[in-house]
Amino acid sequence: MFISLQEPSLYTVKAILILDNDGDRLFAKYYDDTYPSVKEQKAFEKNIFNKTHRTDSEIALLEGLTVVYKSSIDLYFYVIGSSYENELMLMAVLNCLFDSLSQMLRKNVEKRALLENMEGLFLAVDEIVDGGVILESDPQQVVHRVLQSAKEQIKWSLLR
Amino acid sequence: MLKKFDKKDEESGGGSNPFQHLEKSAVLQEARVFNETPINPRKCAHILTKILYLINQGEHLGTTEATEAFFAMTKLFQSNDPTLRRMCYLTIKEMSCIAEDVIIVTSSLTKDMTGKEDNYRGPAVRALCQITDSTMLQAIERYMKQAIVDKVPSVSSSALVSSLHLLKCSFDVVKRWVNEAQEAASSDNIMVQYHALGLLYHVRKNDRLAVNKMISKFTRHGLKSPFAYCMMIRVASKQLEEEDGSRDSPLFDFIESCLRNKHEMVVYEAASAIVNLPGCSAKELAPAVSVLQLFCSSPKAALRYAAVRTLNKVAMKHPSAVTACNLDLENLVTDSNRSIATLAITTLLKTGSESSIDRLMKQISSFMSEISDEFKVVVVQAISALCQKYPRKHAVLMNFLFTMLREEVRAGIWGLSGLLIPAASLLPPLGAPVRSTVCSGYRCVMDDDNEVRDRATFYLNVLEQKQKALNAGYILNGLTVSIPGLERALQQYTLEPSEKPFDLKSVPLATTPIAEQRTESTPITAAKQPEKVAATRQEIFQEQLAAVPEFHALGPLFKSSPEPVALTESETEYVIRCTKHTFTDHMVFQFDCTNTLNDQTLENVTVQMEPTEAYEVLCYVPARSLPYNQPGTCYTLVALPKEDPTAVACTFSCMMKFTVKDCDPTTGETDDEGYEDEYVLEDLEVTVADHIQKVMKLNFEAAWDEVGDEFEKEETFTLSTIKTLEEAVGNIVKFLGMHPCERSDKVPDNKNTHTLLLAGVFRGGHDILVRSRLLLLDTVTMQVTARSSEELPVDIILASVG
Repeated sequence: MFISLQEPSLYTVKAILILDNDGDRLFAKYYDDTYPSVKEQKAFEKNIFNKTHRTDSEIALLEGLTVVYKSSIDLYFYVIGSSYENELMLMAVLNCLFDSLSQMLRKNVEKRALLENMEGLFLAVDEIVDGGVILESDPQQVVHRVLQSAKEQIKWSLLR
Repeated sequence: MLKKFDKKDEESGGGSNPFQHLEKSAVLQEARVFNETPINPRKCAHILTKILYLINQGEHLGTTEATEAFFAMTKLFQSNDPTLRRMCYLTIKEMSCIAEDVIIVTSSLTKDMTGKEDNYRGPAVRALCQITDSTMLQAIERYMKQAIVDKVPSVSSSALVSSLHLLKCSFDVVKRWVNEAQEAASSDNIMVQYHALGLLYHVRKNDRLAVNKMISKFTRHGLKSPFAYCMMIRVASKQLEEEDGSRDSPLFDFIESCLRNKHEMVVYEAASAIVNLPGCSAKELAPAVSVLQLFCSSPKAALRYAAVRTLNKVAMKHPSAVTACNLDLENLVTDSNRSIATLAITTLLKTGSESSIDRLMKQISSFMSEISDEFKVVVVQAISALCQKYPRKHAVLMNFLFTMLREEVRAGIWGLSGLLIPAASLLPPLGAPVRSTVCSGYRCVMDDDNEVRDRATFYLNVLEQKQKALNAGYILNGLTVSIPGLERALQQYTLEPSEKPFDLKSVPLATTPIAEQRTESTPITAAKQPEKVAATRQEIFQEQLAAVPEFHALGPLFKSSPEPVALTESETEYVIRCTKHTFTDHMVFQFDCTNTLNDQTLENVTVQMEPTEAYEVLCYVPARSLPYNQPGTCYTLVALPKEDPTAVACTFSCMMKFTVKDCDPTTGETDDEGYEDEYVLEDLEVTVADHIQKVMKLNFEAAWDEVGDEFEKEETFTLSTIKTLEEAVGNIVKFLGMHPCERSDKVPDNKNTHTLLLAGVFRGGHDILVRSRLLLLDTVTMQVTARSSEELPVDIILASVG
């Protein structure tokens, strides 16, 4: 694992995953072709779920990739990067995602609430990582951009 | 007030999960609503969400249906609802590769990008750049440049990141925007600065002078963004490496100064960079190491992990530099994150003293089962290195590896080779004292008969490393060596000091490994007969054989070979075909003979058999008379090997012996006197398949679990002459004579891995199940796992595959 220097690059995130209690995919965005087919992706998701859902360990090296993760009630959040990536950078992405969702879901970070707010999830991830590049790390900014403004937020919630 | 999530709710109604039963064509049908006016933003946004959800789940959209949906979506630009607009941008991005003519939205996006709604501009830029090609890009070039220096950070970031993506196909166009990017790099916004510097580097990276200038300019003024710092540290490291820079370089000073940055992420990046620089002295490493030492006690697992992982790397080349951290590493040995604990232990093994080895090995043994395969490799590598450093600790270390292999390594064949190969580097050419330590360690594990093959296999692999290139095939070759012969040879080798490496070829070949004799007291169950036709044939044979007095005591017939084997060519004087009948402890060979010579009659015909193995010929039941063209049958009764019950495969050389009496072809009269003659037949093979009756298991998994792993064994083999998985599967199925289950005899196209599931009943009524994992690289490698309710069938299967 002793490698000479990688090419410096803004491309840090390989994938963002959200799995449910059974390890099934609720959301997945792969930013490169490490797992090119849906079949390989799902096999990877199954593998990391099996290796991580029983522990509370936050970080692991699986299939040669660094996986940082966090769980909440019945949801499992994963940010995947290469094994040479700065682990804290990956954690920053994970925390931004989690904190943004936490605000948007009013602290109910669980499956049912998430499914009722899939738009918000899609938009939030879109604001955090673009094509594998970290776009935003501040959850406040992310939430602001997704919900436009307080006024819009109220209007939106009234329409539900 | 969280409502308790009830899984039953989700499964019973569609209410809790609005996406549960989505059906693609229904959803795409719904998209027709987009054409209606006035537009209902909430409804339309929800439909878009469903489409995106489907795509996200891996649903495939055909070009036509995607294009139709895309075009319908373009109608939604008429609405000014911000969330709907944002969802449109997302849809454009998701469908840009699967729908046609997506550039139709270019003008709408360009309008949004330069419009008044700040919330639209960033996302519009990103969507636009995803559908743009080089030609179109020139048309919007001035808008992009404006966006890069826009005061709204999200707009600027979006433009910068999009420019980065566009470098791949439009480098020459994007290159012209460096001035704007340079300006953006001075932004107070930490993300904008990061993106700008990243873009600048990617554009200029082949111009070393420009890169150096960039680094010195921005590092002089200080950076606002921790992300930008990380990027600059990496750039500086790369420059240092390429320049073969001295440590006096300002680049190094910059990196070193980052060790004192207020952001952990930057400090860690700097420490990591220093550690990875080639040719760093212990003194240069020291500040990086002390920072990492601090991180070892961080409450954040990711930081502890990052720190201990980096220290582990340092310890590989400069163990003395890490000794100062020993105490902190000790604390990590009991970390709840097993990866951290493993890394701490393996680092300590490099930096700690000889006396700590026993304790550390014990610690790591306690949680070997919990760590991932990647870390098992780390452990083996660490131990291999230790064996060279502390020869006195060989016994402890080798024992650990043996245990680990036996108990823990079930990860799959590639995992196994990956572990054995580094472990095999245990024994460089060392002197006799080391060899004898190792051999005595080996001898003491020989006591456990059940593990003989596993241990011997591993050890042979280790020894083989000295002879030639490592190759998992040596596991296969090793099995053909006689184990007691090996021990004797090893003993000789250690007693006589020699500079020559141990010669495996000096060990006698045998195919009879040690195994205990089994005495069966369980009742012999009749063989399972899945096909009605075979049953009838078997019943016929059973009757015929029962009529022969010599065969009365044999018990029930287990299996008859499905087709007779020809022991002569078809046009010869005598045509002999053989059917093999397997009983519990015996085999009866039935020879159906035809005399095709019209001037002879044969009498007292028997087929004499000479086995190569420990089969014992008990008696011959002759065919009394074989006149011309009248088939007759003779039998040979053979006892199965008692001393070595696993030696079921055997070759018999066969010779027909008889009395010839000349005969008048026209009258049929035969002489009274005859003479003894013999006639050589082809060799007859008895294989493992003759001892197994095929049995179909509809649910292989259930049967596997039911049999249990008490007598499970596993081996790995290389099939060096086989080039395709289909060939391997066909050969194995034929060779073992077991029934492929769950259609596992069909190898899907274009696969290079496959699992073959086989079921059968072994002579004596024991279920035998085999799971064979195959991997095709340039040859086929196979991991065979066998389970049975008795040990003997498992041993036989593995012995015969070997």
